[in-house]
Amino acid sequence: MGLNREYIGRTWRSAEVYEVSREKIRDYAMATGEPHPAYVDVRAARALGHPDVVAPPTFATVLWARMNTWPLREPDIGRSPKPNMVIGDERITHHRTIHAGDRLVFATRVNDIRDLGGKHELLEVVHTITTEDGEPVCTMTDMAISRGTAVGAEGAR
Amino acid sequence: MTVTSESVAVGTTIPTRTLTITRETVAMFCGAALDFVGPHISERIARSVGLPDVIAHRALITAKALIPVTEWTGDPAAVVACHSRYIRPVAVPDDDLGAVVVITGVVTDRPDDDHVEVSLRMASPDGQELALIRAVVRLP
Repeated sequence: MGLNREYIGRTWRSAEVYEVSREKIRDYAMATGEPHPAYVDVRAARALGHPDVVAPPTFATVLWARMNTWPLREPDIGRSPKPNMVIGDERITHHRTIHAGDRLVFATRVNDIRDLGGKHELLEVVHTITTEDGEPVCTMTDMAISRGTAVGAEGAR
Repeated sequence: MTVTSESVAVGTTIPTRTLTITRETVAMFCGAALDFVGPHISERIARSVGLPDVIAHRALITAKALIPVTEWTGDPAAVVACHSRYIRPVAVPDDDLGAVVVITGVVTDRPDDDHVEVSLRMASPDGQELALIRAVVRLP
């Protein structure tokens, strides 16, 4: 088999709201090794014109994991039981900066699933993050490589 | 340091940074990013899927690559977009040093008065290309 093409074009939306907290931003910034004052100190953030501490540029990627990485855990997605997926290419576009206090909703659309011409397949997903009121916040496109799952690949699983 | 709109043009380089990613870094990032997938926590699992060792998360690679940009602009919110291409996995050995990465960057476009495009390259100290990141940065 291979990745299930029936997922192409399908969209999943989180029922939950993700509330961005100062402490989560702090933990994330510390983990990246970049304790910029605007991530951890409200006064420093406000001095730069932000309403509260701001999230690092890659912080939005947390939300896919937080929302259970749909569609990767769907039983019929056709992926390998091994952790064989890697992100080969990622685009992040911020429509505005994420900051503490934001209440975000998350949606993922499967844009495409295709063979890469060898053993691997590509899963292209687009994540859309808005506030719960619908204000655009961030768009991310992930090109996930499913290693060894292409139809005909030997020893794929 | 802080860049200004007047001081930047296509060809301007940003200060090169050499950073390290240790097993502790990866463990902290697992928690922060909520990503505990096997190759980030276990050398055994990493090898079972053909990887050389525990690998750094892709978002961690981008976050590290953007550090010199944030230092250059003075405001992390200045990065309005980025496109990361991950060329090779960043393997993180279980030792006291970790993975050493060298980040270089140059301004490659100035689409309008308020923005520049910075092209970043992350490589190992021996020159192996690990990731290429293009960031669109709003100028102060």
